[in-house]
Amino acid sequence: MRDTFQRIEERSFYALVVFGLLLVMVGLGAVYYMEEHGHAVTGMNNQVVWGMPHVFAIFLITAASGVLNVASIGSVFGKPVYKARAPLSGLLSLTMLAGGLMVLMLDLGRPDRVIIAATHYNLTSVFAWNAILYPGLFGIVGVYIWTMMDHSMKAYSKIAGFSAFIWRFILTTGTGSIFGFLVARQAYQSAVLAPMFIVMSFAWGLAVFLLVQSSMYLWNGVALPPPIQRRMTRLLGIFIAGALYFVLVYHMTNLYFSRQEAFEHFILLDGGIFPILFWGGFVLLGSILPLALLLHPELGGRRATILASLLVIFGALCHLYVFIIGGEVYPLDIFPGFSAASTFGDGVVGQYAPSLPEFLLGIGGLALAFVATVIGVRILRFMPQDDFTILTGGKNVH
Amino acid sequence: MSDKTPNQSRRAFVATAGAAAAGVMIAPGVHLIEVASARPAGEAASRTVRWGMLVDVTKCQEGCTACVSACNKENALETALPQNQAPQWIRKVDLKDKSTGRALSLPMMCQHCEKPPCVDVCPTGASFKRADGIVLVDRHICIGCRYCMMACPYKARSFVHETLENQNPEVPRGKGCVEACTMCVHRVDKGQQPACVQACGAEGHAAILFGDLNDGASEIAKRIRSVATSQVRADLQLNPGVRYQGI
Repeated sequence: MRDTFQRIEERSFYALVVFGLLLVMVGLGAVYYMEEHGHAVTGMNNQVVWGMPHVFAIFLITAASGVLNVASIGSVFGKPVYKARAPLSGLLSLTMLAGGLMVLMLDLGRPDRVIIAATHYNLTSVFAWNAILYPGLFGIVGVYIWTMMDHSMKAYSKIAGFSAFIWRFILTTGTGSIFGFLVARQAYQSAVLAPMFIVMSFAWGLAVFLLVQSSMYLWNGVALPPPIQRRMTRLLGIFIAGALYFVLVYHMTNLYFSRQEAFEHFILLDGGIFPILFWGGFVLLGSILPLALLLHPELGGRRATILASLLVIFGALCHLYVFIIGGEVYPLDIFPGFSAASTFGDGVVGQYAPSLPEFLLGIGGLALAFVATVIGVRILRFMPQDDFTILTGGKNVH
Repeated sequence: MSDKTPNQSRRAFVATAGAAAAGVMIAPGVHLIEVASARPAGEAASRTVRWGMLVDVTKCQEGCTACVSACNKENALETALPQNQAPQWIRKVDLKDKSTGRALSLPMMCQHCEKPPCVDVCPTGASFKRADGIVLVDRHICIGCRYCMMACPYKARSFVHETLENQNPEVPRGKGCVEACTMCVHRVDKGQQPACVQACGAEGHAAILFGDLNDGASEIAKRIRSVATSQVRADLQLNPGVRYQGI
């Protein structure tokens, strides 16, 4: 049975790898084009300095942290159902982090100088912390997977799992703080952003996990035992609600401050694409609908889980687009009490139209995560190995 | 006099004579003499100096862009890129008081903060503040992450979106790096005025005064002591080196 779990039909495996690698190559081609011509060929400008690549990169990095939650529940809190899924959770964390970092680094103005980011640290910079936190996560999760897969290392699994648990909390705090520490922008400068990103990472990471897990079971022609299915979908529902709660608190706080009213009006009501993506993409399609699919007593099956997970990921990208791009296009209030006009976009909403190369770079990052995952689950035993005697005993399931 | 080498004496004489000539040529009331002290090559910027500017908004004319043109020419910033991708180290901002309707126009550039957020967030230390208060970007270690652009409260920084040609050798720039007003550090180090200050004076407005904020005897320090001036986004407590009068 377990051998069946392991088996991915060979031809399909190579087809998937080739398909993924092609997308990675296309992404790299886009990078070459952008580097050769400069960022002038992108939609980014001096107002919107972080564009579509950052939406993909921050999604991948946030989800990479959140997906480790599955492992943490297993190893730190000792839940067998999750423990069986810890290796896959670790693998997804590594592959998504790799994809996210690929996008982030190749979107730099000088990606050829990435070694400088690893050799010159300004410790007051959240980015510099991340330059330590990201490779650190690679190392810790790598060791964690090793301790889970090598029986001689089993004794260290608990401590490695605990280290990963702590490390990813710090890492996502760092991701949220990239924005939270920006003093002058209406959209950011809030301490709530760090915990908000942590909770969002739980939801996005679990959505990716469930999607991959469902695909793997489907591929192998095996059904995920309903109790496990129910437990994990319920957890995703809780995380979605948690993320929604933090977003609500963030906007409520802003709405309370007079100086933030115009910005909130822009994001929530009259900002063109941004309110549409916020309400339609993040709130409705990315949160309410998945919640209904997951928690409705007559739904919550495999198909509903896959659909809900896809919707959560779609909602996440919508939310990040609103959060990052919407936050940037809104003009800085440099002279409070005055209306401003200049040749540099003062006082007006900035323009941003994502270009094809930016999309392709983002897709390239997703593809890297995809290919690495496909290869990983093929060559090592990442398929969840449930102890069915425990499951049928029902003690640790409900 | 006897304890100085001939070279130093000659340099001092040329500097003083040059400053005197400039002082005569520029509009009355504008004294440039305090900046006419070139820093010898190889000597580090002094911590005792804090270069700054005072912009008299009441003298700045709406529609006049002499400072902008001078900056673009001095730093070879001209480009065919669209306005939102073109570098703008200094820009004219037209303001209107929302409650009273009072209109004013002023130049906006890097404010050379004492506590610059761009320096705080720069991961590699490429954004840095020189000992004399001028905030710069080290083009050799800027990786082009643009975090400083997100952090700057004044929107003072630009990203180089294209391959550059015909650069001013004294103002090295680089594709994929972030840049901003250098306060014409290459001129200041030679004892000259920043290009915008000179152009504004030549235009007859003399709305920008440049000098050492730390030197109590300097014109800028005297003016800041005697008239009401303001810092843009003073609430952030960044203590910018650029002050405004008449906002």
